[in-house]
Amino acid sequence: MYLTPKEERILAGEEGEVRQKAMEIIVAIGEIYNADRLIPISSAHISGTSYKTIGDAGIEWIESLTSTKFSVPTTVNPFGMDLALWEIMGIRKDFAEKQMRIVNAFLKLGATLTCSCIPYLIGNIPKFGEHIAWAESSAVCYANSVLGARTNREGGPSALASAIIGLTGNFGYHLNEMRNPTVRVKVEVDLNEESDFGALGHYVGKRIGNGVPYFTGIKRASNDELKSLSAALAASGGVALYHIKDITPESSIVKSDGLEEINFTKSELKDSYEELSTVKEGKVDIVCLGCPHSSIEEIKKVAEMIKGKKVAPNTKLWLFTSLPTKILADRCGYSKVIEEAGGNIYCDCCMVIAPIEDLGFKVMAVNSAKAAVYVPTLSKMNVVFGNLKRCIEIAISGEAK
Amino acid sequence: MKKIKCRKISKGVGEGVSLVSNAPISFLGDVDPKTGLIVNKNHPLYGKSIEGKVLIFPTGRGSTVGSYILYQLSKNGKAPKAIIMKEAEPIIAVGAIISNIPLVDKPEVFEFKDGERITVDADHNEIIVH
Repeated sequence: MYLTPKEERILAGEEGEVRQKAMEIIVAIGEIYNADRLIPISSAHISGTSYKTIGDAGIEWIESLTSTKFSVPTTVNPFGMDLALWEIMGIRKDFAEKQMRIVNAFLKLGATLTCSCIPYLIGNIPKFGEHIAWAESSAVCYANSVLGARTNREGGPSALASAIIGLTGNFGYHLNEMRNPTVRVKVEVDLNEESDFGALGHYVGKRIGNGVPYFTGIKRASNDELKSLSAALAASGGVALYHIKDITPESSIVKSDGLEEINFTKSELKDSYEELSTVKEGKVDIVCLGCPHSSIEEIKKVAEMIKGKKVAPNTKLWLFTSLPTKILADRCGYSKVIEEAGGNIYCDCCMVIAPIEDLGFKVMAVNSAKAAVYVPTLSKMNVVFGNLKRCIEIAISGEAK
Repeated sequence: MKKIKCRKISKGVGEGVSLVSNAPISFLGDVDPKTGLIVNKNHPLYGKSIEGKVLIFPTGRGSTVGSYILYQLSKNGKAPKAIIMKEAEPIIAVGAIISNIPLVDKPEVFEFKDGERITVDADHNEIIVH
C-alpha cells in the first residue's frame, strides 16, 4: 500500500505513540484488504462503548489513547446505561463507575457524546459519496444505502483509529465496483411498518450473509422503516449496503441485471415474524422499543397509542432514544403522556447493550428484528417479536396472546 | 533451520514453541483472558494454554470484542509470544497491534507442527523454524 511521507512519519512514531498505534491499525487493515492507499474521512462513529461489551480491557485501551484528540467529527454509540437515570433503571453502582470511565475517556478524546445508534438522525449526517469510517452495523448500513455515503463495517477499535488519524483504507465499500448488488430480492407483499421491514431484513440477511441486495417491489419506505431494515439486514447477516429500486440514491446507478433472485411473499413475511420470537405467548416482563433508537415520529406514535391507558403493574414499557430526540419529545408533550401511562424513556443506552439480564426480567417484547436477534444471546432472555400495536397491547395487558 | 517468507501485519519479533490449530479461533468465547486457556469444549485446542506460545491458526471468527480479549491476555501476561495465521482478519490484527504481539500471515507454506521452536520476525516478513 502506498503511504505519503506524512503518513510514513506518523507510522514511524514521529507524532507520538498513540497516533503511531492508530496508524498501525489503519495500515494493517488496509494491507489485509489490499487497499492501494489511505483516503480522508469526513466523520467517524464509534461502537464498543458499553462496559458490558468491552469490559476492563476496553476501558484500559480507550484510556491509553487520551493524550491525543480525534481529528474528525466523531460520534459514539449507546452506552450500557442512561447517564442521568441509571439508578432509576436499576443499574449497579460498580457498573456505572466503570461506564463513566469510558464516557470520560471519550470526552477527553473530543467525541460528541451522542451515545446513540442513530447518528444520522441527530447531526452526524454524511452526504452522498462522502467517505466515512463508521462502526455500528445498523448505522453503517443506513449511511451506505440510504444516504449514499461510503463506509466499511468498521469494528470499534478501527473506527477509533480512523477518528484519531482522519483516514481509512481505500477498499471494500469505498470502491465503486464493490457497491454493485449481488442478489435481487423481489418483494411481493405490502410492507406497512417498521417491524415488517425488520422481518424482511431478517429473512434476507440470514440468506445472503455479506451480500448486497437489490430490492424491487417496495412502493414506499419511511426513514424509520429504512432504519429498521438496515438494522435487521446487518444483524442477521453482515449486510453493509442495499439498494431499493426508485427509493435509495444509488439504485439507478448500479448494475442489477442477471443476478439470482429471491422472492419475499406473504408466507416468508409470516415465517420471519414467527422465527424472530423465542416464545409465542404468556407473561411478558418488559416491552422495549427503540432499537435502533426511536425517532421523534416513533415516540409520537407510542404516545398516541398509549394515551389515557396504563402499563400493566408487573410489566415495564421502556423506550430508548437519543438525548436530542428525548428533549423534543419532552417539548411536544409525548414524554409526559408515556410516563403518565407508566412507561419510561431512557437515553444513551438500549435493551441490547445495557446489563438488563441483571434486572430480573425473563421475557421481553420488541418490535425490532435486530433486538430480537441479539437479546436471547446477549441478555439471555426470551423474546416476543411483534408490530408496534401488538407491543403496546402487551405492555397494557402484561401478556402476549 | 527453515526460513519461510510471510506478510507483516503487526510489527515485532517473538519466539516460542508452536501451538497449532486447524480450526479458526474467536478470542471472545474460545479463550479465558485470565488464564490463557482455551475454554471452548468444542475447540480442538480445548484445555491447552496459549501463554508464551507461537500460536498458529488459519483465521479468526466472531465478535470484534475479541480484539480486547487479546489486550486483556497481554495485560495479564498470558498472551502468545507471536501469532501466525493463514489469512489475517481485522479482529485479530487489531488485537495483536494494541497488545504488541507480532503477527504475520500468508506464509509461503502453511505446514506447521506442534512443539517446534519458532521465531516470528514480522519486521523482516520472515518465520524461522529452528
